[in-house]
Amino acid sequence: MTDHHPIAGRQPIAGEPETTDRPGTTDPRIAPKPALRRFHQARWDEKLIFELGAPGERGILPPTPEPAVTAAVGSPADRLPAALRRGTPPALPELGQQQVLRHYLRLSQENLGADLNIDVGQGTCTMKYSPKVNDSFVRDPRIAALHPAQDATTVQGVLELVHRLEQLLKEVSGMDRVSLQPGAGSAAIWTNVSVIRAHFAARGEPEQRDEVITTAFSHPSNAACAKTAGFKVITLHPDADGYPDIEALRAAVGPRTAALLITNPEDTGIYNPRIAEFVRIVHAAGGLCAYDQANANGVLGITRAREAGFDLCHFNLHKTFSTPHACGGPAAGACGVTAELAPYLPRPTVEFDGERYVLDHDRPESIGKIRPYLGVVPNLVRAYAWIMSLGAEGLREAAEIAVLNNNYLMHRVQRIRGVSVPYAEGRPRVEQVRYSWRQLAEDTGLHSEDLGYRAADFGTHYWTSHHPYVVPEPMTLEPTESYSRADLDEYAAILAEVAREAYEEPETVRTAPHNSTVHRIRPEPLDDPKVWSVSWRSYRRKVLGEQP
Amino acid sequence: MTARVPRTHPYIPNSAPDVKTAMLAAIGARTVEEFYADIPAALRLDRPLRLPEPLGSEARLVAHMEELLSRNAAVPPGRSFLGAGCYRHHVPAVVDEVVNRSEFLTAYAGEPYEDHGRFQALWEYQSLMAELLAVEVVNVPTYDGFQAAATALRMAGRATGRRRLVLVGELDPDKLSRIRDYVHGIHDLVHVPAEPEAVHAALATGDTAAVFAELTDHRGRVDPELPQYVELAHRAGALAVVGANPLSLGVLAPPASFGADLTCGDLQPLGIHPSFGGGNAGFIASQDDERLVAEYPSRLFGLVPTDVPGEYGFGDVAYERTSFALREEGKEWVGTAAALHGIAAGVYLALMGPHGMREIGETILAHTAYARRRLAEVPGVEAGDPEAVHFADFTLRYTGERTAAEIAAALLDRGFHAGAPAGEREGRYCVTELHTQADIDRLAAALEEIVK
Amino acid sequence: MTTGIRIGLVVNPVAGLGGRVGLKGSDGAEVQRRARTLGARPAATLRAEVTLRQLNVLARSLTLLTAAGPMGADAAQAAGLHATVVHRPAGPDTTAADTRAAVRALVAVGTDLLLFCGGDGTARDVLAALGPGPGPPVLGIPAGVKMHSAVFAVHPRAAAEVAAAWAGGEGVRLVSAEVMDRDEAALRDGRISARLHGWLTVPVLPSRVQQRKTGSSATDPEALGGIAAEVAERVGPGGLLALGPGGTTQAVAAALGAADACPGGVDVLRLEPGGTARIVVRDARADQLLALPAAPWIALSPIGGQGFLLGRGNQQITPELLRTAGPERLLVLATEAKLAALAGRPLLLDTGDPALDHALSGHVRVITGRRSSAVYRLTG
Repeated sequence: MTDHHPIAGRQPIAGEPETTDRPGTTDPRIAPKPALRRFHQARWDEKLIFELGAPGERGILPPTPEPAVTAAVGSPADRLPAALRRGTPPALPELGQQQVLRHYLRLSQENLGADLNIDVGQGTCTMKYSPKVNDSFVRDPRIAALHPAQDATTVQGVLELVHRLEQLLKEVSGMDRVSLQPGAGSAAIWTNVSVIRAHFAARGEPEQRDEVITTAFSHPSNAACAKTAGFKVITLHPDADGYPDIEALRAAVGPRTAALLITNPEDTGIYNPRIAEFVRIVHAAGGLCAYDQANANGVLGITRAREAGFDLCHFNLHKTFSTPHACGGPAAGACGVTAELAPYLPRPTVEFDGERYVLDHDRPESIGKIRPYLGVVPNLVRAYAWIMSLGAEGLREAAEIAVLNNNYLMHRVQRIRGVSVPYAEGRPRVEQVRYSWRQLAEDTGLHSEDLGYRAADFGTHYWTSHHPYVVPEPMTLEPTESYSRADLDEYAAILAEVAREAYEEPETVRTAPHNSTVHRIRPEPLDDPKVWSVSWRSYRRKVLGEQP
Repeated sequence: MTARVPRTHPYIPNSAPDVKTAMLAAIGARTVEEFYADIPAALRLDRPLRLPEPLGSEARLVAHMEELLSRNAAVPPGRSFLGAGCYRHHVPAVVDEVVNRSEFLTAYAGEPYEDHGRFQALWEYQSLMAELLAVEVVNVPTYDGFQAAATALRMAGRATGRRRLVLVGELDPDKLSRIRDYVHGIHDLVHVPAEPEAVHAALATGDTAAVFAELTDHRGRVDPELPQYVELAHRAGALAVVGANPLSLGVLAPPASFGADLTCGDLQPLGIHPSFGGGNAGFIASQDDERLVAEYPSRLFGLVPTDVPGEYGFGDVAYERTSFALREEGKEWVGTAAALHGIAAGVYLALMGPHGMREIGETILAHTAYARRRLAEVPGVEAGDPEAVHFADFTLRYTGERTAAEIAAALLDRGFHAGAPAGEREGRYCVTELHTQADIDRLAAALEEIVK
Repeated sequence: MTTGIRIGLVVNPVAGLGGRVGLKGSDGAEVQRRARTLGARPAATLRAEVTLRQLNVLARSLTLLTAAGPMGADAAQAAGLHATVVHRPAGPDTTAADTRAAVRALVAVGTDLLLFCGGDGTARDVLAALGPGPGPPVLGIPAGVKMHSAVFAVHPRAAAEVAAAWAGGEGVRLVSAEVMDRDEAALRDGRISARLHGWLTVPVLPSRVQQRKTGSSATDPEALGGIAAEVAERVGPGGLLALGPGGTTQAVAAALGAADACPGGVDVLRLEPGGTARIVVRDARADQLLALPAAPWIALSPIGGQGFLLGRGNQQITPELLRTAGPERLLVLATEAKLAALAGRPLLLDTGDPALDHALSGHVRVITGRRSSAVYRLTG
């Protein structure tokens, strides 16, 4: 942000933001540096890996058996029937080691990780900073090389860590037990649904309780998991004020109600002030209540599932507790439940027997395994380290600053032409906001997606929302506690510039991105079974017309 | 006297008091409390969370973590004979270099414009796996191999509209547990021994959606009858779902080559650290059959043109899936799962190439055969199913007095992590490319002392 | 780019006049005269020009056919496009009859895609001119005051994008879209009254769908097959089902095997074993519905963007029929996407029987897919 040196000889690029007057740029042939960052994504025009290399090149050599071993056993594969022996070798590419490395490093440069951008645009995902020091712990062989079947006495450190993390999350949620086995947030929702099913089966009413209630602004995996588990799903839409409709809930509950699965704060950033009343209504009908805490980042240490009366809850450790998002996982989820539901949690649990940490597999009412072994241990290590770095005060400070940042950004963004904040108008938001570009779209014919693509030209991006769009022309921003005021100002300035362009030079936005690795894709083949290409094999056969 | 400088937490820049005050002023708010106006007092936690004192500095955090890590034993590969679903293989340095890049590690869900690299790396992963598996469609990884098997079976159920699932042979009980939980109330599981007659009999009832079997079973055994189960399934109008260890496929036939409709398994052997069982990722694969493609709940990336001729772009294939997909009960879900492990597996396969995959498969087959023969020479020890070919995993039966648990404990006393009980007098073992003849011979010598 | 695509254009130059001066519409010579007196200036030509300019950028080779002067040729000239004039209005003040005549002339000389620029009233004229039977696909360039019909692009520029994609043969779907219009006399008296007039075939370019967020699950935006399965299960074999008009219900009928359902009327289906159905009364009148041997199930979907469930376009479903069937036999059908498009507005009913309206008001279960429903407000 402080580099103001003009670059000599640089030609102005169509669609760049207006320049600002700065001293020292007197040569009219030299365009001064614009106010906003002149970003350009790496564009290596990198070929597909199948187009690289040559027969005979090798990337790595695996060990071969020692002569005495070969002498003793010969070639064991010869004892297999022909149908079970590989005939032709896989048509993998052949590349030298540096060539493989270079290919993937170029691809990495064509990717905009959260470490590199002001990643406040990936709303609902809580793109907070993942401390580098926490990565160092999981790369240590005393985590990375541990085998899950090692005797418990040789892994006391990691067992203690998992046990301690459970205690920390019990306190953060107020629940009585926490399972760390689920591999991500949706897997945690599934776990809760499975626990709910086991609870009603144990009470002898699995057939009768076959309906699950959720809200339109809850994460769609709540509905999807319930449906996958065989439940009927009832969705509540917002009332006239933009809050989940409590009258609709009253109309929806009954003797068939198994559970309410509800995200709060919702993906709009609105906290449901009647959440405890929702829980009471469902409990009165004999149902259970599961709290989707994917958006918990703004309420850590302020309000908990316990006080709102929930029977189950879940956190996404890769969101609220800072483990990296890793291009879409591995992630980790945590399920908290009341003592009544604890027997149903996945097995094994980690227990302390007064002397040692042990794995308790003997849990007859457990729903069983949700994931191999104990869960995504590296992310449990990172989440534990993050909490230990902050403590109780730090967690609350993280929440409050996340909320401050969000309301500050909302204050800035709302002044941009064409944007609005629908639902619960004039009310504060917790940790994120779902904005609408409806006015801009009506004025200019450009869509929220177009603006998002143009934002990529400034080294950032944003996400719209889940489908179907309940908020028209949506944009969901969640700034978390990680970003500085200057970061937020820069992000708002980028959005303001993109909106200005939409009104004043719409072609720039309509044809964006301009500074990306690639240009607008032609998506039609993606929906056409005759040409869609999920692999090189498929592409060669369908598009290149080869016979692999 | 200098003013006391606040110790603002490094992860929370706007916690600096002056910044915070200025931001509140800019919004026109007096305190942060105003933003929480919708949270009723009754739901407020009226006390601080009861958590341990924060560690205060990165240095103290490192010291604290070091204390925990010091109580974990990173066993040298030659002393660990543990497998059964999680393996110690060599992880090439290039794999770690790539997956630890910030650009990949901290990215999430950008568009193909800011995250072209992620799309290409994962599409290449799909393509490399497709070559290994002899198929045309491979998903962006799901959570783990358990989930891959469970989802493949639900896919078969949706594709056929049938209820029964026939599971053949010995499955990892934990994997079985995952499958049972996932198909509960939707499908009925029928478990049969690994014999063609048993499979045939189970199929006679009809209404079978899928026959599930594994190329190498929970005891590491390659089942020579597997192609027959596939054929029996097809004759009954069921799909054949076959689990496979991808690292074996340089030497063993990919299940699609003998007709498997869906192949599934875990990527962990392909360049992913065991991490105490945290390094799993699941794959599901099939031919490019629209009916099956419609049933994938996972993302499938596709290669497409862009506005610039010759440029490669990527996107989600069949984003809304097809009309097949919208027919019935719902499509499971797609969410954050294990994408980075897919990139790792892709880099691994690119490094290994066709010859590396064949060589490592041959080495592991040879090591396994050698270990089974050498350890069975120990008095009181027999190899399970001695005639069958095994890959990596195998079991030993003890004919003497001591139980498997006692033998495992005694081995541990001698520094060997091996012999996890598979029954009262049976232990599980595993060798990989990392073991040497000497490692195996040392284990044999230790067993000789223990098994009497 | 495919050559030889013939695009027809008709502009209603008085479209949108009324809105600018608060007249809520522009239909009728008297309103137009008052609008001009109040200072309104034609905007439709400008809107059409935006579309044509964009079309010129996007589509390299096409033939433009239009009507003379303000009915299209002026816009083409302003956009710098050559256009073949196939119709000339009789005089300077154009009327609805001119719109209809121009459409007929364009179709007669062979038009592959018909663009019209106007509002709901213009859409009705296009519908009237095309009549029943096959005609070219139609796309509206929005320029009117009232645009309740589903035949308009969201913006003049978007109309060009759709047209260019259609001309280039790129991934465009043809759908049946509703032509709606309000009763203007009623409206100026302060009453809202909208009518369904029929359907036009409209090209639809699936809006650029953003890549799926990793953390998102697929919702089924068009889970019509699931809705059909759910309806079949509720009604049961042998049951009678009165299916109201609309795209959703028509698609449900098709999913049940009755592909030839009447789009604008109420059909009675009999459910058969195996989840299929056949039509037993087509385009039923109110008296036929009341004369059915047993009280039918009544499946309705909200029409258009207003959310009217009863009392607009389906007056055959009388209060008497609703009372006979009972509220438990009233099935409300809508995809989640359709509910989302209501943006929080309630579903509306106006059966003409205030007591019945009151009784039916409240929160209703809306079938949104297989084993999926929403609870939504319905008000009279």
